Amino acid sequence: MSPNPEFAGRTHGPSAPYEVSRVKIAEFATAIGEQSPLCFDKTAAQAAGYPDVIAPPTFAIVVSAASSGGLVRDPDFGINYAMVVHGEQSFDHARPLHAGDVVTATTTVEQIRPIGKHTSVMFRTEISTTDGELVCTARNVLVERGE
Amino acid sequence: MLTPGSELEPRSFPVTRLDLVKYAGVSGDFNVIHWNERIARSVGLPNVIAHGMFSMAQAGRYVTDLAGGDPGAVTEFSVRFSSPVVVPDDDNGAVIEISGTVAEQFDDGRVAIDIVARQDGTKVLSRTRAVIRVT
Repeated sequence: MSPNPEFAGRTHGPSAPYEVSRVKIAEFATAIGEQSPLCFDKTAAQAAGYPDVIAPPTFAIVVSAASSGGLVRDPDFGINYAMVVHGEQSFDHARPLHAGDVVTATTTVEQIRPIGKHTSVMFRTEISTTDGELVCTARNVLVERGE
Repeated sequence: MLTPGSELEPRSFPVTRLDLVKYAGVSGDFNVIHWNERIARSVGLPNVIAHGMFSMAQAGRYVTDLAGGDPGAVTEFSVRFSSPVVVPDDDNGAVIEISGTVAEQFDDGRVAIDIVARQDGTKVLSRTRAVIRVT
């Protein structure tokens, strides 16, 4: 079984609102070893011109993966997650996410294509504030390994 | 100075099993291949492997430091995961070696950095580029 090609163009979302918190940013930064004060200290972040502490550039995966997961886990999509590897990832940031942002994510299946025995699925996730400001566009490619 | 064509100083980023446990918790990615050696080997991997996003985050630290320590200066960031980072169960873990080259400077002053990450000489991140704002 391989991913259902009829899922190309399918959209999931917008997700329930996700509130970016200082604690979560600090935990994420700590887990990846990022020590910038702009991730931990509101005063330092404000001195650098940000409204509050800011997230490292890959933090958006927390929001985008939860959104694309809504499609990946759909049984009708037929993705065998045990056989999936992360092929590519990109983020295009209009600005950094900061503590206090309340965002929703919408994911679209951009492309499904065979690569030999494998199948590549490209997702695009747009992360916007609940006021409609686009903050980040994330793309990820999952590759399901064929037998 | 980040002049197009210049090679940037390589840096080493260690990764241990504890790092993977922390990253699983904070990211919500609990795929067993990132913490369970028995299952990792059963699906044909040599050992537990790091989350690709953990390796990308280390490349993010590399470019954040180039941007004067401002993670918000990284405006575009893309990677290809070319090979997994294998993390043994010992006190040393693995080491991700990251190097970069200044690829381009844009009219708005932003700079594109091409990055390569390797483990023991094998490329783990390829076609990796970050666009950063420099002040």
